[in-house]
Amino acid sequence: MSTSTTAPTAATPAVPPAPKRDWIPVLLMPALALLGLPFIADVPVWLTLTLAGLAMGMIIFIIASGLTLVFGLMDVLNFGHGVFIALGAFVATTVFALLGGWVKSPDALTQLAAVFAAMLAAMLLAGAIGLVFERLLVRPVYGLHLKQILITMGGMIIGEELIKVFWGAQQVPLEPPMILRGSLSIGDAGVETYRIFATVIGLLVFASLVWVLSRTKIGLLIRAGVENGEMVESLGYRIRRLFVAVFVAGSALAGLGGVLWGLYQQNVIPQIGSQVNILIFIVIIIGGLGSISGALIGALLVGLLANYAGFLAPKAALFSNIALMVIILVWRPGGLYPVAKR
Amino acid sequence: MAGVHTHIGAYHILHGVDLVVPKGQVTLLLGRNGAGKTTTLRTLMGLWAASQGSIRWNGQDITATDTASRARLGVGYVPESMAVFADLTVAENLLLAAHKASRMEDVDAQRLQWIKQLFPAVETFWHYPAGKLSGGQKQMVAVARAVIEPRELLVIDEPSKGLAPAIVANLLEALKEVKRQGTTILLVEQNLAFARRLGDQVAVMEDGRIVHAASQADFIADQAAQQRYLGLSL
Ligand SMILES: Nc1ncnc2c1ncn2[C@@H]1O[C@H](COP(=O)(O)OP(=O)(O)O)[C@@H](O)[C@H]1O
Ligand SMILES: [Mg+2]
Repeated sequence: MSTSTTAPTAATPAVPPAPKRDWIPVLLMPALALLGLPFIADVPVWLTLTLAGLAMGMIIFIIASGLTLVFGLMDVLNFGHGVFIALGAFVATTVFALLGGWVKSPDALTQLAAVFAAMLAAMLLAGAIGLVFERLLVRPVYGLHLKQILITMGGMIIGEELIKVFWGAQQVPLEPPMILRGSLSIGDAGVETYRIFATVIGLLVFASLVWVLSRTKIGLLIRAGVENGEMVESLGYRIRRLFVAVFVAGSALAGLGGVLWGLYQQNVIPQIGSQVNILIFIVIIIGGLGSISGALIGALLVGLLANYAGFLAPKAALFSNIALMVIILVWRPGGLYPVAKR
Repeated sequence: MAGVHTHIGAYHILHGVDLVVPKGQVTLLLGRNGAGKTTTLRTLMGLWAASQGSIRWNGQDITATDTASRARLGVGYVPESMAVFADLTVAENLLLAAHKASRMEDVDAQRLQWIKQLFPAVETFWHYPAGKLSGGQKQMVAVARAVIEPRELLVIDEPSKGLAPAIVANLLEALKEVKRQGTTILLVEQNLAFARRLGDQVAVMEDGRIVHAASQADFIADQAAQQRYLGLSL
C-alpha cells in the first residue's frame, strides 16, 4: 500500500495489520461432529448421519437465508415464510407430473433437466407470490412486531388452505428421478446421491449470496441497510425497495428449499411449511439475525444435531435443537455472528 | 426552513424553527445540549417528519419529499453518531455514497485522489472494515463519504466531538477545502474555536427555536449575545 505524502498526524498511522476473522463459530461444526462420534460409536453410521446432517443443513440454509435478511433489513418477523416452502414443493409435484417423460427418461441429463425445471418454476412462483404477500400482508405492519407475527401467521394458514384447494389435502409423492436415487459407498458408509446433490445446490446458493453481498452494490446496500437503514436512506437509497427485492428473493429461495426438502422426504404435505418453520427460526437466531454466514453455520449445526439426535433419541430431536439455541445464546446473546446494529 | 415543528412520538421538540442556509456559505448552528440542533438536522433530512411548517430547497418545497430523494438533490449528511457501516470496508462505505458508480472503478478518479489527500485515514484504511477504526478515523470516513461526489449542501452534526486536536485540525482543513469547492455547509458545533474558523453565518437554538441569527462577524462582535445564548464570550 502506498504511503501518504502529507505530514504524519494522528490521522495517518502506519498501515495496520488486517483485522482477524472470527473463526470460532466455524469450528463448532467439527466440534459437534466429533462430540457425536463417541455417542454413536459406530464410525460408518456416524459418517452417514454426519453427511445426512450436512445435506439437511444445506437445505435449511437455503430456506433460512432470505428470512434472516428480511429480519435484518427491516426488523420484519415473517412467520409466514414456511408457506413458500410448501408452495415450492407442490409446484415441483406439478412440474414432475407435467414432465413425467423427462423424469422417467433413461437419459440422466433429461432427468436432471426435469429437476432444474421444477426448481426454476418453484422459485418463480414463490417469488411472485412473495411480492404479493409483502404488498398485502407485510407492508401494512412495518414496524409493528406483534401485528407482523399475527398477520404473517394468518397468511401462512391462508396459504396452506389455498394449497389444499389446488393440490388437495393429501400427501403427494415427490420422488427424485433415478439419477438422484441410490447411493455411493465410502468405505462402509453409504452416502445417498441425493444428499450430495442437495449439498452442491446449497453450496452454490451460499456462494452466490456471498458474491452478491460482497461484490455488488446492491448487496453492499443490503448489508449496510441491515446495519443502519436510516443512513442508507440518507445516502439516497429507498430501503423499502431493497427490502421488497430481498423479500422476493428470500421467498424464491424458500421455494427452492421446498423443492429440495420435498425430494429429500420423497413426499409433500401442505403442512410442510409449518413443520420446517420452527427449525429455520432456530437457525437464524443461532446465526445472528441478519447474518448469512451465521445462518449457514446455524443450519449445519441444526442439521447435524437433528440427525444425531434422531438416531440416538428420536423423541428429543427438536428439543435438542432448542437446547443448542439456548446454549449458544447464553454464550453469545446476539447469535454466532451478531450483526452490529446502530 | 420556515416555522418548522417536529414531534418525536408524543414529545414536541421543535417549536417553529426558521432557518436560512445561504448558498456557498458556512452556517453554524449553535446552542446548548438538548436545544434541538440534531432534531433540526434530522428534520431537514426527512428522518423526522415536520408536523408543521415548510422546508424549501432552491425555492422548491421539499417538506413532503422522502429522505432518499432529498439526498439525491445533492445533500451529504454526517450524523452525530458518524454512522459508518461497520461491517463494510472504507472503500465500500464510500462507494455506496457515489450515486453514479456501481463499482469503485466508476468513481471519478480525480475526485477520489482529492478525497484521499484531504483524508489520509481514508487511503490508509482503504480495505479495512470501517467498524475497526478509531473515532477520529470513522469521522474522516463519514465526512469523506458525504462528499465523495460534489454536493450542493453538506450537513454535519458535531464532527469534532471527542476527537484529538490533530484530527480536528485535519478536519478543519478538509472542510475549508470542501467549502472552497463551492459546497454550502450547515455545521452544528459546540467547539467554537474550531467552528469560527469556518463560519460565515451563525444561528443559535434554544428550546426548539432559533433565538438568534446573525453573520458570524456580527456575532463575534456582540459580546452580550454570546453571553446570553452560549454563556461564554469568544
Ligand atoms: N428520539 C428521541 N425521543 C425523544 N426525545 C428526543 C429524541 N431525540 C431527542 N429528543 C429530545 O429532543 C430535544 C432536542 O434534542 P437534540 O435535537 O438531540 O438536541 P441537540 O442536538 O441540540 O443537543 C432534547 O430534549 C432531547 O431529549
Ligand atoms: Mg445533538
